[in-house]
Amino acid sequence: MRTWAKRVALALGLVAVMAGCGGPHAVVLNPAGPVGRIELNLMDVAAVAMAAVILFVLVLATLAVVRFRDRKGNKAPYTPNVEGHKVLEVLWFIIPALILTIIGIPTVQDTYALAKVPAKHPLVIDVTSLDWKWLFEYPGQKVATVNQLVMPAGQPVLFKITSDAPMNTFWIPQLGGMEYAMPGRVLPLWLESYKPGAYWGHSGQFSGREFEKMFFSVKAVTPTAFSAWAANLRKTAPAMTVADYHRLLQFTTVGHLSYSSYPAFTFPSVTHGFTLKGGMYLLMHNNPVHD
Amino acid sequence: MPALPSFVPYLIHTLFPPWVRRPTEIGAEVMMVAGGAFIVYWLLKYKKLQWLWNEWLTTVDHKKIGIMYLVAAIIMLARGGLDALMLRTNLALPTAHFIGASEYNEVFTTHGTIMVFFMGMPLIFALFNVVVPLQIGSRDVAFPRLNAISFWLFAFAAALFNLSFVVGGSPNAGWTAYPPLTELAFNHTVGENYYFISLLMTGIGTTITGINFLVTILRMRAPGMTLMKMPLFTWATLNTSALILFAFPPFTIALLESLLDRLAATSFFTLSHGGMPMMYVNLFWLFGHPEVYILVLPAFGVFSEVVATFSRKKLFGYPSMVLSMTAIMVLAYGTWVHHFFTMGAGPAVNVFFGLSTMLIAIPTGVKVFNWILTMWGGRVQFTTPMLYFLAMIPTFVIGGATGVMLGAVPADYQFHNSYFVIAHFHEVLIGGTVFGLLAGVYYWWPKMFGYKLNDRQGKWAFWLFAGGFWPTFIPQYWLGLEGMTRRMYTYPLGMGWHTLNVISTIGGFIMGAGFLVLAANVLYSRRHQEKDLTGDAWDGRTLEWSIPSPAPEYNFAVIPTVDERDWWWQEKERRRQGEKPVVVKPEEIRPIAIPKNTPVPILLGAAFFMGAFGLVFSWWDIALAGLVAVFSILIYSWFQYDHYRILSAGEVRESEELLGRLGA
Ligand code: HEM
Ligand SMILES: [Cu+2]
Ligand SMILES: [Cu+2]
Repeated sequence: MRTWAKRVALALGLVAVMAGCGGPHAVVLNPAGPVGRIELNLMDVAAVAMAAVILFVLVLATLAVVRFRDRKGNKAPYTPNVEGHKVLEVLWFIIPALILTIIGIPTVQDTYALAKVPAKHPLVIDVTSLDWKWLFEYPGQKVATVNQLVMPAGQPVLFKITSDAPMNTFWIPQLGGMEYAMPGRVLPLWLESYKPGAYWGHSGQFSGREFEKMFFSVKAVTPTAFSAWAANLRKTAPAMTVADYHRLLQFTTVGHLSYSSYPAFTFPSVTHGFTLKGGMYLLMHNNPVHD
Repeated sequence: MPALPSFVPYLIHTLFPPWVRRPTEIGAEVMMVAGGAFIVYWLLKYKKLQWLWNEWLTTVDHKKIGIMYLVAAIIMLARGGLDALMLRTNLALPTAHFIGASEYNEVFTTHGTIMVFFMGMPLIFALFNVVVPLQIGSRDVAFPRLNAISFWLFAFAAALFNLSFVVGGSPNAGWTAYPPLTELAFNHTVGENYYFISLLMTGIGTTITGINFLVTILRMRAPGMTLMKMPLFTWATLNTSALILFAFPPFTIALLESLLDRLAATSFFTLSHGGMPMMYVNLFWLFGHPEVYILVLPAFGVFSEVVATFSRKKLFGYPSMVLSMTAIMVLAYGTWVHHFFTMGAGPAVNVFFGLSTMLIAIPTGVKVFNWILTMWGGRVQFTTPMLYFLAMIPTFVIGGATGVMLGAVPADYQFHNSYFVIAHFHEVLIGGTVFGLLAGVYYWWPKMFGYKLNDRQGKWAFWLFAGGFWPTFIPQYWLGLEGMTRRMYTYPLGMGWHTLNVISTIGGFIMGAGFLVLAANVLYSRRHQEKDLTGDAWDGRTLEWSIPSPAPEYNFAVIPTVDERDWWWQEKERRRQGEKPVVVKPEEIRPIAIPKNTPVPILLGAAFFMGAFGLVFSWWDIALAGLVAVFSILIYSWFQYDHYRILSAGEVRESEELLGRLGA
């Protein structure tokens, strides 16, 4: 019995110690770029409005239960035949509608704001999800990487996202919300890192056995460092051959890879596309990107 | 057909591939075989086979069908719960491998599918069947035989789905089963076949049930009971049935097309031949969002009955309750895109569905306020059903509030597919649906079995279940904010996710303990609880409490005229004031036609099962045999004309006499 109690105490202590390291990991609450910032602000508005509702309901419910519990000598009025109250019932519709307007207006504004890349010619990175890895191609720099994303900080970056495997979502929580990687479609998403920094990303959409391994590292560097990095890759890294791409398509997990170039067909353009497994020519719908 | 020597290894290899020969699967196999053997032994030893066949397997009585749904739902709750604990155990510590990736993926798929389709749905149908005909003063549902067919389609579908765990392999693409992950190219085992086929099967049953209760409620109410005098649970059933009617067809199409893609090489969704996976996603959620309201509206109905009964007061705002529920039913069809705001639909579409999602929170809020004001001015009694109602208020309100946050489109870009969403829907599905249905089970248990479940044990189960709920799911909101995405079988060290996951797992086991106490409560109460001879165990308000518990097979010897809400409560009030006593007048008793038992429904279910099993393994001869069997049974039943037996007025009188209900 003694040892049992000791063990419980030990376990509780352990939990308490571990609880100490919860805060700094809340990546969504510590945005490092404008997109995540806008999204967090909206979350805050919604959370505050909803907290008010929750509080009101809980207080009202507690009052009702405490005051009207079935107890001998309870002096609170007992009115079993009350059927309703016209004004209150209408208020129930109007007040929530007003509260929801408070959330609804910024929702509309922010949705439209985020649909537009705030730059004329943003840097473009083509993202393809594979089983079970991420391929990043830099059409401007002509280089490619796997599972490691390098991007310039301080400017919006436009990600064009597709999949040559089952669906995934491309998500870097500290920079902003996710977007689906879907075979047969290319979806746009822009993100920006205020300052140079290191982050991580993961897929949100379950994509099969090794889905858990769909982590990738993200490095935001100064624009000059970015150019230097790409130039260095072009010199030192191997070229991606068609055979290399087909190897990447296999059901495997890999670490970080880099390539000095990549075959053009590996990412769909407006007039030219591919199908699942890079197999067949097919015209794809590129989503119009507002730029 | 291959010669025997090669045939046998083929069969073993196909039915028992390596992935159903892992320790958990073998454990399940042993349990299934042992459990089956025990049941057969018990039936033979106590000579219960005949009884089982006559009283249960061939019955078309809505009350018995309801009880069979209930038993099935509780068994499925145990299976789905075990799945959940396996998942939680694996997630308790980073990089843990209690079960591996493949098994984890199968288990979360079966967990979700079972909880929604094989636990939630039968549990709501259990209450529909037991309660609705009694609440509206009817002798059965509109189509008793179809009702039994619905049940057996569900039961055999559930059996088929569970069989996948030990024969051939479980599905592993999540309860949402998006292509291309379900395509043959990515998923070559038979698991997804099991998923599509068993859901098609149970979906047919569900659609029929929806139609059945729509017709029952619209056509078979007691004289005087206009729509606006119906009890709220009946209203909930009506709205739920209306949701089923239009939500299940798109789902059926999505399932059928996915199945054809796999079995017949069509390309509805298969991309390599020009199919569109996103079409599936639309069809799925066109069903999926109404489905979540299908699961919660019946719970709303239960809460409305429970809060009025145990506050000993009329429901507050009946018309606005009806209005808000109907509004939810209509709006539920217009919000489905909020499940994929991040699929590039563009800002206009996203804004539309974001606002419609917020809109649906308004009628939901109205209901909560009206429930609270029902207690205001009442006398609140803390019975077990009422405790579930009270526990629902914080959980469901927080779950609804986070739902609104999810509807704020750009915020959802961050929440989507993270543990935040997991926390949201478990709050509304457990805190709303499961609490509600458990409240309903405790509340109507005396009506089903003639005695209450033990209240003390019920409260123990309640405190464990509702108490375990908070540590299980509240931390998951925070995990979502820490970037943990759903459906990961494990996670690396150093993400900071371990503490909250440990807490969540501990909470899960507390809930599991709650379930065990509940099961013990059922077994204990069967022996030790006092019989309720009044038929009105809770001093209820609606029609079902005016007849004995359990109700006689004809329900009402004489169908009363119901010209007000809470008719039974008012009737008791009049009796207290010495007006007309509530008794059955012998001279008003007429002969009653009772639908006869029939083996057609269970045989039909078995025939479907055979065909479905053939389809799972692409054994076309067996599939064809199943199809032939289905049609043979249907043709046989078409030529049966004699569906009713007549209970003479004398027999009814005798039975009522025994129940002590014939007044002077
Ligand atoms: C106040 C009302 C509600 C609102 C505003 C709301 C909103 C939402 C939204 C926007 C999502 C999508 C989140 C995402 O995937 O990114 C969602 C997911 C979900 N909701 Fe709700 N919800 C509400 C009530 C309910 C109720 C009553 C239920 C069921 C009883 C429910 C069950 C679910 C489920 C099961 C999912 C996730 C399905 C999945 O992805 O597997 N919700 N909800
Ligand atoms: Cu669950
Ligand atoms: Cu929804």
